[in-house]
Amino acid sequence: MDLTVGPNAFFWTPDNLRAFYAGLAETPVARVVIGEWVCSKRLPFWQDEIPGAVAALQAAGKEVAVTSLALITLKRERKQTDDLVAMGLPVEVNDLSALRHIPEGTPFWVGPMVNVYNEGTLMWLARRGATRVCLPPELPLSAIAALAKAGSEAGVAVEVWAHGRAPLAISGRCYHARLTDRAKDSCQFVCADDPDGRDVDTLDGRAFLSVNGVQTLARAVTTAAHQIAALREAGVAALRLSPHTGNFAAVAAAYAESLGSSAGQGEALVAELKRLMPGAEFCDGFLRGEVGRSLSGASAA
Amino acid sequence: MMRILSDPSVKLLGRSIPLPTPPLTPLSMLFSRLMRHVLSRHPSILRRMGATAGSRFLIQVTDMPFPILLEPSLRRLTVVPRRAKPAHDTEIRGSLKAFLAMLHAEEDGDALFFSGQLEISGDTSSVVALRNALDDAEIDLTEEIASLAGPAGPALRRMSALLERRTGLSLSRRRLGEDPEDHSR
Amino acid sequence: MMELVCPAGTPAALRAAVEAGAHAVYCGFNDETNARNFPGLNFNREEMAEGVAHAHARGAKVLVAINTFPRAGDQGLWHRAVADAGAAGADAVILADIGLLAHAAEKHPGLRLHLSVQAAAANPDAINLYAESFGVKRVVLPRVLTVDEIAAINREIDVETEVFVFGGLCVMAEGRCALSSYATGKSPNMNGVCSPASHVAYAEVNGAQEARLGEFLIHRTPKGATAPYPTLCKGCFSSPDAKGNDQVGHIFEDPASLDATHLIPALQKAGVSALKIEGRQRSRAYVAQVVRAFRAAVEAADRGLPMPESLLAKLTEGQASTTGAYAKIWR
Repeated sequence: MDLTVGPNAFFWTPDNLRAFYAGLAETPVARVVIGEWVCSKRLPFWQDEIPGAVAALQAAGKEVAVTSLALITLKRERKQTDDLVAMGLPVEVNDLSALRHIPEGTPFWVGPMVNVYNEGTLMWLARRGATRVCLPPELPLSAIAALAKAGSEAGVAVEVWAHGRAPLAISGRCYHARLTDRAKDSCQFVCADDPDGRDVDTLDGRAFLSVNGVQTLARAVTTAAHQIAALREAGVAALRLSPHTGNFAAVAAAYAESLGSSAGQGEALVAELKRLMPGAEFCDGFLRGEVGRSLSGASAA
Repeated sequence: MMRILSDPSVKLLGRSIPLPTPPLTPLSMLFSRLMRHVLSRHPSILRRMGATAGSRFLIQVTDMPFPILLEPSLRRLTVVPRRAKPAHDTEIRGSLKAFLAMLHAEEDGDALFFSGQLEISGDTSSVVALRNALDDAEIDLTEEIASLAGPAGPALRRMSALLERRTGLSLSRRRLGEDPEDHSR
Repeated sequence: MMELVCPAGTPAALRAAVEAGAHAVYCGFNDETNARNFPGLNFNREEMAEGVAHAHARGAKVLVAINTFPRAGDQGLWHRAVADAGAAGADAVILADIGLLAHAAEKHPGLRLHLSVQAAAANPDAINLYAESFGVKRVVLPRVLTVDEIAAINREIDVETEVFVFGGLCVMAEGRCALSSYATGKSPNMNGVCSPASHVAYAEVNGAQEARLGEFLIHRTPKGATAPYPTLCKGCFSSPDAKGNDQVGHIFEDPASLDATHLIPALQKAGVSALKIEGRQRSRAYVAQVVRAFRAAVEAADRGLPMPESLLAKLTEGQASTTGAYAKIWR
């Protein structure tokens, strides 16, 4: 089992992105998915960073794929999908319609925004050329195990959402714009103010969700720290880590160290994550088939 | 999951619910008789409710002098004194008009709820199941009572129609094809 | 005339819909295979066969929604649902999952397939993919598109489109939302429920009415005010801005329902084949009133007459309505 870093969900400056991917090249992750998957309006502001980042990551021995958008509706967005395919890298499909832009027989990856809930869907995608699938974050271990088994029989590597704020929903409406009383078309890129998303709390002050443009994320940071042994046992090929601000390279290193050690290291990894991400709350309920927000183990206290 | 007891008083004591004080007891017996009749005519109600039939529904009809405790799987409908609130899983509060209009599909339960004419607390799941089961059963209160009343049935039907006109309450089921806005009948 | 597709959560609601003028009724089995898996709702196998017979005898169609995502290791339940819908005489099944579509296309080649809104096929590429791969004949469009976008889609596809015109509004792309399972562990995709009643609790706290979903406070309303059901995306929350000032409100969507009555002529012009009414969880009173009103509207549109004023305000959530994503300003 190894590590994949997913595409950045947030609107970061070109400088910050350049620094992030330069740092990532130094970490022990096996592969990186790069590109814009949340809002097509953001891409022109940072797409010039992509070739350099891809070159640096490949030079460091990482496998690199490029993601499609998670919700494709506009003509311009469909055109963008063609441009992705033309880059010559594996495409990670995060909206099923991207498949129509990938020539039949060309291998592709499938991201967590495509609904792969069962073996039937996995097998159909495998026949179409899928070689790697990151499962939707809400799937429990029992389903993950069945899918990892089917994947290994069909030659598809199965990944699991293992670290980061889980994407819970995608919409036609931009919540960042709505919060600032702007229309989506004149949003003035207000989402750039919140590099990890904007907090949404309940009226009695409980940290709940995080909005990121058209996307809604869990406020608590998912961690599969307590499930690493079970996921490995189930035949999961890789853990997916999702970018955030702060010392992400150290977070990736902590997971890599945990993968290298024996079972029962969950508490140590959570303790290290809490040290690296002060103030963050963690959860792993989806993996246990329970309330997504909940966390297992003694670290839940 | 459904226990049906032939003698409700055993369960009543078993649950240590305070026995209703007279003169409510005869009324409770009458109500429970009606309820057993309705459930036997509409077996789908208990089937649809599944495990939620075991819930105890305290029904607060705001313009009636006493609350009613509905226990579907025990086939029991009991009138309870207002001051001694019995143990219950869920409480539904609304006017007699609202309850009857919902029962006879003249008003939508969700719409009554959205507009604050129905309030619920406790186990929401059971309320939803009860509402759905009753909605599917297409109960006609006048017909249920009339069919129980034997030879007095026709007189009861006439009395119900008269009462309906006088009070504006919905006492019978609108047949398909009748205009919902037409209350002149 | 555009086809009016109407909800039925119970056999009584199915009969009410047919009586009120539904061209087609959609409904589901009483298990996790459909996205309205609510307590006391839906059809057993016998009721489904009777419902189909009742509708067919009166010239109406029955579409069976099997629109959750089959559970890995347990796909048999969903496969049986497709087979049983076919055996009951359903005119089509409404599916969302790729694996289930592939199964139905292979094992039940005579069965007409509709793509559920839960598949959220939001552009011509996605729709053509489903049409070419599985022979899908009709697509229910997700509620994220404008009327202009719907017209543009229809120009690029050969299958029918169906759009929602009334009822509860999803703010998020359907079938791609895990908000409910984050708060309750139960999701539309896996369990066929969103913000389920089993996790809802109402309480009176300091004179205010509070509605919780799981551990999370979704609404706090003054006592006596209208009390919306605590659907997560229609909750009232607080969000601090960069200066630390809290903005309080319905951050995702107001508790309003979709009512696109006056857009029916535009949708007809946009090439839409069928109009859908949401509300399988609602009563037969709702079904009868809404279906009757929309049948009149569809007939008026067919004759080029103006749309009737909507009389359905009291049936809508929060007693307020919106045209949702159909108007671009919604975004």
